[in-house]
Amino acid sequence: MYQHDIGKRSAKVKNVVERGAVKKFAEAIGDPNPIYWDEETGKRSRYGRNIAPPTFPRVFDYGVIEGLKLPAKGLIHGEQRFHYERPLFVGEELYCYAEVKDYYEKQSSMGLLGFLVIANNGEDPDGNLVFTSTSTIIINEAVRKAMSV
Amino acid sequence: MTTIRDWQVGQSLPDVTLPPVSRLDLIKYAGASGDYNPIHTIDDEAKKAGLPGIIAHGMWTMGNLAKLFTPYYEEGFVQNYFVRFQSMVFLHDVITLKATVKEKDGKTIRFDVAAVNQHGKEVVKGEAIFALYD
Repeated sequence: MYQHDIGKRSAKVKNVVERGAVKKFAEAIGDPNPIYWDEETGKRSRYGRNIAPPTFPRVFDYGVIEGLKLPAKGLIHGEQRFHYERPLFVGEELYCYAEVKDYYEKQSSMGLLGFLVIANNGEDPDGNLVFTSTSTIIINEAVRKAMSV
Repeated sequence: MTTIRDWQVGQSLPDVTLPPVSRLDLIKYAGASGDYNPIHTIDDEAKKAGLPGIIAHGMWTMGNLAKLFTPYYEEGFVQNYFVRFQSMVFLHDVITLKATVKEKDGKTIRFDVAAVNQHGKEVVKGEAIFALYD
């Protein structure tokens, strides 16, 4: 049902890797390492500044993919992949957008399952890719039926 | 200073066992991540969705698992990190985080990573590639 959405993308949205947001996120995943929040530790590090945890891109705004209609409830996060060219730096600006990469269906013991693959990308101000965060979302038969009525 | 470079195939990073999952953990993660899906924080909503109770965000577990690599930030960074969410994490579950060296060459170290619950079940499983600086 999402085959015709493959390749659709959102317009890029400017995001900032905010110091307070990184600190709060590191606390929420129980990572006490000062590289994420202590300015002195950041300055003394090879990066010369603070960095953000690898799963931090969950926080960014990736804009809206026109025409992509996702059910409000019942989605299952099946898989998640991150790729980095380098760590994220606290304070930097990133231009983020989402793209529908794939959609396929598979028969399972729970009926016909839909797999929607969405890539969330972040680029630096010069347009170089910094990270890609790819989610595979599972949409089961009950959720699909509820949507089509 | 601990170095990751010297880790050999088959060696594991020190396991980390988390305190039992609390509602506050999940409320904090909801706030920090912006994922306010109520099945992670509100019992009635979880039950309406057919669950026995609230479940942790998959990304909460994945985020916790990545912290095994944080102490080595001077040596490299997590270049690729993949997981499959295999099973749900419930309130009061006790999760242990694991990473074992699978392969290595001069530039990267590939780890098998997993989060395991108190019954020995792998709730999150995948791999991480740690890229070393020159």
